[in-house]
Amino acid sequence: MALLEVNDLGVSFATPDGTVNAVNGVNFTLDKGETLGIVGESGSGKSQLSFAIMGLLAKNGTATGSVKFAGKEILNAPPHVINPIRANQIAMVFQDPMTSLNPYMRVSDQMAEVLIHHKGMGKAEAVRESIRMLDAVKIPDAAGRVGLYPHEFSGGMRQRVMIAMSLLCRPELLIADEPTTALDVTVQAQIMMLLRDLQRDFGMATILITHDLGVVAGFCEDVLVLYGGQVMEQSPVDPLFAAPTHPYTRGLLKAIPRVDHHGDDLDSIPGSPPNMTNAPKGCPFAPRCDFAGDDCLDHLAPLTQFAPDRWRACNRKLEELA
Amino acid sequence: MISYIAKRLAIAVPTLLLLIIVSFLLMHAAPGGPFTQERALPPQVLANLEAKYGLDQPLWKQMANYVWGIVAHFDFGPSFIYKDRTVNEIIAQGFPVTLTYGSLSFLLAVLVGVSLGVAAAIRHNSWLDYLAVGISIGAQVLPNFVMAPILVLVFTLWLRWLPGGGWEGGQWQYIVMPVIALSTSFMASIARITRSSMLEVLNSNHIRTARAKGLPERKVILRHALKPAMLPVISYLGPAFVTMITGSVVVDIYFSTGGIGKAFVDSALNRDYAVMMGVTILVGALTILFNLVVDILYAWIDPKIRY
Repeated sequence: MALLEVNDLGVSFATPDGTVNAVNGVNFTLDKGETLGIVGESGSGKSQLSFAIMGLLAKNGTATGSVKFAGKEILNAPPHVINPIRANQIAMVFQDPMTSLNPYMRVSDQMAEVLIHHKGMGKAEAVRESIRMLDAVKIPDAAGRVGLYPHEFSGGMRQRVMIAMSLLCRPELLIADEPTTALDVTVQAQIMMLLRDLQRDFGMATILITHDLGVVAGFCEDVLVLYGGQVMEQSPVDPLFAAPTHPYTRGLLKAIPRVDHHGDDLDSIPGSPPNMTNAPKGCPFAPRCDFAGDDCLDHLAPLTQFAPDRWRACNRKLEELA
Repeated sequence: MISYIAKRLAIAVPTLLLLIIVSFLLMHAAPGGPFTQERALPPQVLANLEAKYGLDQPLWKQMANYVWGIVAHFDFGPSFIYKDRTVNEIIAQGFPVTLTYGSLSFLLAVLVGVSLGVAAAIRHNSWLDYLAVGISIGAQVLPNFVMAPILVLVFTLWLRWLPGGGWEGGQWQYIVMPVIALSTSFMASIARITRSSMLEVLNSNHIRTARAKGLPERKVILRHALKPAMLPVISYLGPAFVTMITGSVVVDIYFSTGGIGKAFVDSALNRDYAVMMGVTILVGALTILFNLVVDILYAWIDPKIRY
């Protein structure tokens, strides 16, 4: 049995301007210890996808479809079902370590409460365990700093605290939602290295949400490319990088700056992502796609398997994308 | 922290002095005086009276004498109107009354206001939210001068449960209506501030983190949301508390409580210079004190604030 089974997951929001479909029909499965990257630009729905799995959507959000964790349905599950799973079996690291930690509580209290709540530990034991975990994420002088407040840590250190906090209960699945976006580049590399080591040491399945394909290449086994709330391409990492089969994936790959290319200009995909309050009828990428025809504005081919473990959603046949 | 408090208290002295000077000057700048009556007094009598109270001296000297009396003897002078009473006595008699019903009103307003606000925020856009908002708007449009007659009508005239006025050393029957009348509009403001602040906090990222920890909603609210949500409420509560414990002229007059609120307004109407100054200084000192208390509470709640 797969650890996480996501079937036809959709997320929509009721807004004053009408319904916004942020995510449409996403499917994937994740086994124990597997790593999946979810890649997309801002607004592609990748964060909402993870919030839906954790039951953390905003109040005006609705999730449809099914998410099974270890065979148990957890999508839209009531508190008594989802709360024992949160942090305990599925933990999450959020995008912005500056605001995701509670600024009014000591790190020791914030971390210890997870263990006190889920593992029934006493306060002293929970703090000792928290210090051990802060050591594991390589926070220097963890014992001396556990009693500090979040604002007394730097951004990178705060994200380490956040990661340590998420790992306290040894979760089977970690969802990392752009864990490095708010950090500067050298710190980003440190955090990703740390996450990779921890993922291996703890043997956790991990979903990494990012807009950075470079990060995915070094971290994940599988990739899901999301655009305008639709899965464009789904594939193991190596073949995707070797031979991307979707015009959007190609654009993304081309847009990664490379040190071995001494070009003048950075490549980019022209245009900007669609406004989801007024989602396009056809392929969301069509207005920016070099290969788009009239049919693309009208409809999008469903996600289709074209090779073992590889799926793509595009009206153009592979041969046409020369 | 200790040095910060000491510094703030030290700054309070010149602030109070400034308050004294400005109110003293304003008071004397207004035409008329304590002995101005419809039928003018014979000039001889007036001169004698003014000499007795020192009003014949130059203004700076009057002010200096006044301040010296406070500093040296904590003596706020004799009343200009009530021949046998000093300002200290008037305040000592009236302030405990307003302090009693004011503090109780404050407790009631905070307790009900915060509960309503929190309940409305966690059940945002539900019937409970609308009910709480409805109650607080209702309470807001019932200021004490409307509330007081309604209370008397219902509890004294119709139900005959409570006496319509008096104080009798502060027996509970006499306290109930002043407390309710004074607290309603404050309660409404507290409820509204709590609600909007709580709504904002509940949408913040660290609350999402708390939920992702699998904590029950009750714990998320009590442990993570309540403290930050109280910050704007507390900054409102400081000045509100001073307003409440120094009483309300409407409540004092309506329920004949004998509080200091009525004494203050009377002193202004009668030009009772000394009483007016005394109450002004009391309110000023309390305001300074409770602004300091608010700042200390802020530092206690928000670790980023360090003095």
